[in-house]
Amino acid sequence: MNERVQYTGIPSEAELLASPGVPSRQRLEQGPVAFIECVQEIPCNPCEEACPFGAITVGEPITNLPVLNGEKCTGCGMCIAQCPGLAIFKVHLRYKEATSLVEFPYEYCPLPRKGDRVPCGDRKGDYVADGWVVSVKNARGNDGTAVVAVEVPRACCLEVRTICRKEYR
Amino acid sequence: MRVVKHPILGDDRRKRDAAIIVDGNRVDAITGEPIAAALMAAGIRKFRVTPRFGSPRGLFCGIGRCIDCVMTVDGQPNVRTCVTPVKDGMIVETQTGLGKWADEP
Amino acid sequence: MGGRTVKTTQVAVIGAGPAGLAAAIEVARAGGSVTVIDENAKPGGQLFKQIHKFFGSREHRAGVRGFHIGEQLLVETRELNVEVLLDSPVYALFPDKTVGYIHDGKEVCLKAEKIIIAAGAAENALAFPGSTLPGVMGAGAAQTMINVHRVLPGKRILMIGSGNVGLIVSYQLMQAGADVAALIEAAPQIGGYGVHAAKILRAGVPIHLSHTVKRAMGKDQVESVEMMELDARWQPVAGSEKILAVDTVCIAVGLTPLTELAWLMGCEFAFVPGLGGHVPKHDLNMETTVPGVFVAGDISGVEEASTAMEEGRLAGTACAEGLGLLERERARDLKTVIWERMNALRTGPFGDGRRKAKDHLVGLPVGGYE
Repeated sequence: MNERVQYTGIPSEAELLASPGVPSRQRLEQGPVAFIECVQEIPCNPCEEACPFGAITVGEPITNLPVLNGEKCTGCGMCIAQCPGLAIFKVHLRYKEATSLVEFPYEYCPLPRKGDRVPCGDRKGDYVADGWVVSVKNARGNDGTAVVAVEVPRACCLEVRTICRKEYR
Repeated sequence: MRVVKHPILGDDRRKRDAAIIVDGNRVDAITGEPIAAALMAAGIRKFRVTPRFGSPRGLFCGIGRCIDCVMTVDGQPNVRTCVTPVKDGMIVETQTGLGKWADEP
Repeated sequence: MGGRTVKTTQVAVIGAGPAGLAAAIEVARAGGSVTVIDENAKPGGQLFKQIHKFFGSREHRAGVRGFHIGEQLLVETRELNVEVLLDSPVYALFPDKTVGYIHDGKEVCLKAEKIIIAAGAAENALAFPGSTLPGVMGAGAAQTMINVHRVLPGKRILMIGSGNVGLIVSYQLMQAGADVAALIEAAPQIGGYGVHAAKILRAGVPIHLSHTVKRAMGKDQVESVEMMELDARWQPVAGSEKILAVDTVCIAVGLTPLTELAWLMGCEFAFVPGLGGHVPKHDLNMETTVPGVFVAGDISGVEEASTAMEEGRLAGTACAEGLGLLERERARDLKTVIWERMNALRTGPFGDGRRKAKDHLVGLPVGGYE
């Protein structure tokens, strides 16, 4: 079974580890940070301009994979809604005692509301755990791409990437 | 079924300001939308039956090229419903085979 | 041509999609008179059903949704007073560059000095038992229904084809409120971008590779589909059949350039599978083997709207140059910028193939059908 993204549609663990847009474990421990799951060389670079701190570099040619500079990234999440591929997330590993915060783009109706308890899903859309919606950002500049932050048990923060559509309609 | 709420396009606030008669039944529609859209919104998907085998056909390409979606409209057969806009009071009929002109015996 | 209305223009553009409008804008910007003719009731071609954010860089308007790019093109078209004739199917092209079209039931002849054909492409069909049943449709047709006309073509959908169209339309069907039961792909790997596949997987849509449809079943419309697995030699795997209850099947198996008008004009063609089939030979200026006849967009090889717009700009600039509206050096500068932008879109594992196919096409010798 080939686990690469072109066979599964999901970046494999090896691909994510090798990706320059994925923060190191050490950086995850230090605080909120962008988590860029862009592992194919496609001609695209809006993330580079989206970052107000210059923490994302694509450069020339624009098919380069985005490189995340963990030192410059403040975990502000401004890049999430600007990625046309909806491939950028934010992870705050040590959000509270036993929980993490995961932020992701979400372009479906209905939108959840702050305080809602929602079923959270992984990259395959399978249910992982319930999470609590901490914020829903839908600024005009996002042009319809809402950014949802959920608080989830820490153990699943690298799995949760969405609200589970199978259960939340 | 109409897409009323949409995360990107927002709410559809258009009024159903027209009515067309489809095989004798009234179907609410929006002036200017393709006939095919009004029919699909009403759950009608069978637009015609073929001349030799009588098999059902409906929308296929949606851009006026494949002519699978033709119907008889206001007495004129073979009208491409995916690119013909709705006008209030239109008479739309499921077409059998090549259809017949209104004045044809 | 007695009895027909005769109009004149410097450049006639056939097709008011992204390529045609971009071409017309460049001609008008250089001070030329230009008339765009389109069979549809509204301009924009297929841009207005593309509600996702485009890829590319700032110069390609990356991050902007397709329909917003369409709106912007229409604004520019209006500001430059480009004449856009709608509800006007072109039925003939004459050797003296007269364009015959029909408007309001009347034939009209438009005499032009240059012609840009930007007719676009049409979706490929896929034949299988039951493929003629109502409920089986092109993915693009479904996309038009949900995003332009705001009508759901069905509630539970099977998507065939994992190119970007199949992936994106699956996503947009869910945004419109439908369920996508599965996406199947005959090839052993996903054709489109991984990020587009990831979006629908996150929403719980299974992608079955090496699978195809055996038949669609139903009396008056689709009620279910039988799918099956394919082996390494693309042959059905016995006993792998599975029945899926769906009311709609969307077909996204590629597009074919709409080349009739270029054939009619006597352009030489080449068969380039990577560009969608038979395409008119053309040079770097998008000029065909018939002097003064240009092509742009999907007719010259199926790509994306972003590249179609660049090709349109190229054809428009070249026409303006040919008409003496732009000096040679100025035209070369403008075209160089466009070529660079276009090449940027044709890089990486997904773009390389198209770039090679285009280079091959442009490099072909003139003097016959290949």
